[in-house]
Amino acid sequence: MYSFEPNEEQQMLVDAVGKYAANDLRPAAHDAEEGREFPKKLVSKGWELGLLQASVPESYGGFGDRSAVTGALAVEEMAFGDLAGALSVMAPSLFATPILIGGSEEQKQQYLPKIVCGEWAPYTAALMEMSFDFDAHSLKTTAKADGEQYVLNGEKIFVPFAKDAEAMVVYANFNGVTQGFIVAKGSTGLVVSEEREKLMGLNALPMYRVKLENVTASRLGGASGHDFELILAAMRIASAAAAVGVAKSSFEYAKNYAKERDAFGVKIAQKQAVAFMLAEMRTEIEAMRLLTWEAAWKLDNQKEDFCIDAYLAFTGSADMAMMVTDRGVQIYGGHGYIRENPVELLMRNGRGFPMLLGLAIV
Amino acid sequence: MTIEFEAPKPIVQQQVMLKTVAENMMRSVSREFDENEHSIPWDYVEFMHTAMKAAGGGGGLTVTEEKPKEGAEKRPPIGYQKLATQIEMLSWGDVGMYLITPGGGLGAAAVAAAGSPEQKAKFLERFNGDKPTYAAMCMTEPGAGSDTSSIRTRAVLDEATKEWIINGEKIFVTGGDKSFTEYEKLGKGFIVVWASIDPSAGRSGMRAFVIESGTPGVKINKLEHKMGIRVSDTAAISLVDVRVPFENVLGKPTVEKTNTGFKGAMATFDATRPLVAASGIGVARAALEFLKEKLEENGVKIRYGLPRQKLTNIEREVIDMEIMVKSAWLMVLKAVWMADNKKPNALESSMCKVKAGDVTTKVTQKAVEILGPLGYSRELLLEKWFRDAKITDIYEGTGQINRLVVARQILGYTGAELR
Ligand SMILES: Cc1cc2nc3c(=O)[nH]c(=O)nc-3n(C[C@H](O)[C@H](O)[C@H](O)COP(=O)(O)OP(=O)(O)OC[C@H]3O[C@@H](n4cnc5c(N)ncnc54)[C@H](O)[C@@H]3O)c2cc1C
Repeated sequence: MYSFEPNEEQQMLVDAVGKYAANDLRPAAHDAEEGREFPKKLVSKGWELGLLQASVPESYGGFGDRSAVTGALAVEEMAFGDLAGALSVMAPSLFATPILIGGSEEQKQQYLPKIVCGEWAPYTAALMEMSFDFDAHSLKTTAKADGEQYVLNGEKIFVPFAKDAEAMVVYANFNGVTQGFIVAKGSTGLVVSEEREKLMGLNALPMYRVKLENVTASRLGGASGHDFELILAAMRIASAAAAVGVAKSSFEYAKNYAKERDAFGVKIAQKQAVAFMLAEMRTEIEAMRLLTWEAAWKLDNQKEDFCIDAYLAFTGSADMAMMVTDRGVQIYGGHGYIRENPVELLMRNGRGFPMLLGLAIV
Repeated sequence: MTIEFEAPKPIVQQQVMLKTVAENMMRSVSREFDENEHSIPWDYVEFMHTAMKAAGGGGGLTVTEEKPKEGAEKRPPIGYQKLATQIEMLSWGDVGMYLITPGGGLGAAAVAAAGSPEQKAKFLERFNGDKPTYAAMCMTEPGAGSDTSSIRTRAVLDEATKEWIINGEKIFVTGGDKSFTEYEKLGKGFIVVWASIDPSAGRSGMRAFVIESGTPGVKINKLEHKMGIRVSDTAAISLVDVRVPFENVLGKPTVEKTNTGFKGAMATFDATRPLVAASGIGVARAALEFLKEKLEENGVKIRYGLPRQKLTNIEREVIDMEIMVKSAWLMVLKAVWMADNKKPNALESSMCKVKAGDVTTKVTQKAVEILGPLGYSRELLLEKWFRDAKITDIYEGTGQINRLVVARQILGYTGAELR
């Protein structure tokens, strides 16, 4: 059956997250970006919505089953509020979800209850590396087996909350394939930069550089490892959903502004040049939302082409977010270029999608 | 309800069968009928008529509903979804030939949307007859295309005979010839003509009239020579003192200060735009699949999953095309799913038409470019699909008109506020 309507449970979640995004995240976005920090209180409030908790089975302390479709719905709503805020709230998933997907029974028991039953705590993952053609399938960070343990070497960038993280998943090249490894806080050889990353956008999300020099780690899933494609697809879908949310935010601002702003005796929205931009923004947002949903549904149902679809959704949504957020600024004119106006930040955030893989996961 | 993308079983089964038709009865003669414009592929026409009748299709490509089996659980309706997938697959075969699939087409759609139960019974019955039968819809005039409110065709009621007298000129009537000219192999069709019963009332004065084939005063002046979809007849029709029975008017025969007449036309568009979009996407998919096949034959593999920076230009193009075609198709599915579930879909229906118009033209243009001489040569079908594709962005509202509709919907504007 084809169906395009969230179920009741999903709708409740979407409504709750949407309210939080609109009432809490959106108004805080500008000051958080300028002040380079998201208010702790807001992060806790977002955590209490229970997105991660709802995707962890009861046996590990949660109260539900993971669904990429539900995740995509929630991430879109969150990111509609603010991208940095959304990524802050959801950071513990970066660690917990890969364990849920690929962890051994022992690893699940060890980490999941602690994370989902408690307050928001910094857990994270390290995927990106500093190369222009970064490719999650050919990482420069390496892992070598050493008895029961593994030894990691390399350098990771854009790692959220790395400074205080209780633990992180580090992705590394193990005999030619990408695998995740669990690195404990304070491991010998783990060096987190003092300075935070300085990026074009996302400044309210504290990100760090992480060096690994012969760091001892355990492999996700134990000796037999795990299927990284499942994790990568979940990251791509999250990124796609976030791109849709950011685009929707810019579209909403631009639409409302266009209905208020006068020029040549009419509202600028009454000019086709503006109205058509809005129509195209809305159309492309819808297109990529549906592509993302389908990819998520395929991942949930283990359809054979879920990898390709997640990749297409990720790639297409990134382009779409750039196009839409660019036009958001255009519709505001000169005012769109001024940092006081939200479309400005949205355009900077909108550019990041292809190179910010691994900052969210569903 | 939930979010789900599993094709329903009846659709899966239907697609397997239609693909065979597309390959063996459409593509195999595509070139021949493209080169011999206006000749009729009777084999296809008669085969489709028989096949659709046998399948209980109720006459042509129309929305059908399964009768639930005794005691079985009632399943959600999927009639529009089935129809859109049928159209997509037939257009993947040959979009021009899809357009001449026997049945009521846009003419019957207008009756279905704006007609009374008696009118529906009277006019729609025939498509299930022994011979293939057609109907067409005549809105466009030489002086009025996108701006349908400025049509000049007039209908005046002759109080003495209780007949409508219609005068005017219509152009670009898809299927006009097969609907109106009496062919031995075809059943008796009709055209639906939009006219004003009160020009001072603007849109609220517009009504659609059913005119039976053979009615005196109607003349087919010419069949257009076109860039593509050349097997589909596009007629120019003049109407001089055409007398039509009173009961052939769709909707109220009197003018009120409401937009009911025009609303009838718009309701038709909400239903048909996703179907036009579906047909465009069929062509786009044909072009994309052909492109990938040729690339593979020539040793070019598409390496999905790599970052853009590592892809070749061809790989990037193909991946972008795939994103376009897939997402456009999902938009069509959503629009028809809404129609099936009786959800208002004016926005979704126009959005999917905007998207399909863009995607279909872009994808076919790019495919020709990438394949170079293979794309341009008439030895292969790609150049034809490129020509066929362009119509998607023109009829059932141009890309611009559908953008207007989308913009009005999202801004909450009337036609007067955003023209
Ligand atoms: C092969 C074919 C089959 C057809 N079949 C049928 C049929 O079966 N029945 C039928 O009634 N019609 C049919 N049509 C007509 C078709 O729907 C019209 O051609 C179409 O609506 C555009 O009208 P037009 O050609 O007069 O262009 P115009 O309305 O003159 O438009 C010219 C250009 O101006 C743009 N434009 C117009 N108004 C606006 C506006 N307000 N804002 C911005 N841009 C605008 C248009 O988008 C277009 O780019 C068919 C046409 C073709 C080519």
